[in-house]
Amino acid sequence: MSSESITQQVPSMSRRSRWARVKKSMGEFSLSLYGWGGYFFLYLPIVILVIFSFNDSRSTAQWSGFTFDWYGEMIHDSQIILSLWNSLFVAVISTIISVVIGTLAAMAMERHVFRGKLLMDAVLYLPIIIPDIAMAIMLLIFFDISGIGFEPWKVSLFGIRLAVPYSVIISHVAFNISFVAIVVRARLAQMDRTLEEAAQDLYADTWQTFWKVTLPMMMPGIMGGALLAFTLSLDDFVITFFTSGAGFNTLPVRVFSMIKKGVTPKINAVSSLMLVFSLALIGISLLLRKGGDEEPTIGIGL
Amino acid sequence: MQRLFARYPALRAWLLLLPAATWLFIFFIAPLFIVLVYSFLERGTYGGVVWQFSLENFRRTFDSLYFSTFLRSFYIAAVTTFICLLLGFPLAYYISTRPPQRRSTLILALMIPFWTNFLIRTYAWLTLLRTNTGLINVSLMSLGIIDKPLPLFGNDFAIILGLVYGWLPDMVLPIYATLERLDTSLLEAASDLYASSSKVFRRVIWPLSLPGVVAGSMLVFIPSLGAFVTPAILGGGKSLMIGNIISNQFLAAHDWPFGSALSFVMMAVMLLATLIYFRSTTSEERMQP
Repeated sequence: MSSESITQQVPSMSRRSRWARVKKSMGEFSLSLYGWGGYFFLYLPIVILVIFSFNDSRSTAQWSGFTFDWYGEMIHDSQIILSLWNSLFVAVISTIISVVIGTLAAMAMERHVFRGKLLMDAVLYLPIIIPDIAMAIMLLIFFDISGIGFEPWKVSLFGIRLAVPYSVIISHVAFNISFVAIVVRARLAQMDRTLEEAAQDLYADTWQTFWKVTLPMMMPGIMGGALLAFTLSLDDFVITFFTSGAGFNTLPVRVFSMIKKGVTPKINAVSSLMLVFSLALIGISLLLRKGGDEEPTIGIGL
Repeated sequence: MQRLFARYPALRAWLLLLPAATWLFIFFIAPLFIVLVYSFLERGTYGGVVWQFSLENFRRTFDSLYFSTFLRSFYIAAVTTFICLLLGFPLAYYISTRPPQRRSTLILALMIPFWTNFLIRTYAWLTLLRTNTGLINVSLMSLGIIDKPLPLFGNDFAIILGLVYGWLPDMVLPIYATLERLDTSLLEAASDLYASSSKVFRRVIWPLSLPGVVAGSMLVFIPSLGAFVTPAILGGGKSLMIGNIISNQFLAAHDWPFGSALSFVMMAVMLLATLIYFRSTTSEERMQP
């Protein structure tokens, strides 16, 4: 805007600037085209996946008409429903545990200087960096030789009996602690400490300061960490697959074995259901973000 | 208690850390060491191990079968990272040059596939790429454009495509983060001094966005090298990567020590590649004024 008005005041520059403007708008146009192309690439497969979950034939390539049949089949597949409950149960429990542990760790790492901090930093980052498959086999061997974990936690939820191996929950907590710690720590780092100091100046003791000031201010970070942990737990396939022992399925594990047996629109239907879950979680995180005035800590999880 | 904390300030820190440290040392660091120990043992007859020191597992990783898989995995991960960079940089640049309101919408639009289950995104490509029943080949054949299905599935192409699709947001987000913070007055200064736009890119934008490029490349390269789901689904059982070979040692071959050795070599390769990459990119950065 400003450069344009300047060049227009200088007549001798006008020819050059017109050419520059044409070039610039062409560049701008191709950049926009590219941007749209990028998003097209990211969304098209997902959109096609959802469309074919309504296909009135076994094909996922030729459209033969609209139906809800595959969703009906999905709902009546007791294996799928059971694995859905397993997924939710594992995600809820592991999120609760990892949020508590991760938040405490974040407070230690952000607010204190101590010997061994560098080591703890490394220990906290390692589960994020290490590939799924390596962590999966590590835990498999560990649970196998220690003999703990494979026995199931038996619960009855809404009339459905679940038997969830402790090993799966332990593993999910192990990879979630780090993510929670990082998100909460980022929040702590941008927090204004003067409020806490003010509270202490007004004779609030340590606990009062923590409950009345620090914790509420940390809340967006904690919720962000919880959402991230919940999503990672719901989405995890590799680590669950290796640490669950035989016969236990979460939804992704179930989907994987269905894919191995053959492609049907029923898998598309289950996938669409999982997509709806992800969208709901994103929606919740947006609402939270609107509540907290700060920059999103959830957005870029890494 | 308060007095204790006052005397030993680190005590409070360690109390806060106690649960995380305990959990991670028992359920992460200990397993890591157990795998290291396992990789030096011999396999038992029924899947267990024999407590006998041996370097055989590490020697076997250099057998041509496994070594070539290593090389292929490395190649696939490197190509994936390169394509992600090639596609991701302009996309990040595009997002960062939009007005702020549009920017947050575009980032959100990037987060949605990012938060969507990786398995599902891979499966989506399976339904598109399959040789005889995939959407792309079926459509092209019914339109009469081709008479034989294209080899889109069960090869390195399918795996790389799946990995690029899966990890592209991981490349875009860190690059976007650095580009967004980029001081636009520097760009204006450069073009005021008659730098061509390609020169502005080479001398200003690229060096300043390097931290994002490095971070993004690592976030793509490491999971690509250790990929398991993508080759398992899109490799069609023929095209395998090191992650599949490792998992086979545990699921089928029951050779846990060898599987442990393979995963250690894999992690060592990752560590080495990361260090070399960091070294080369940071020295490049130092060369720029």
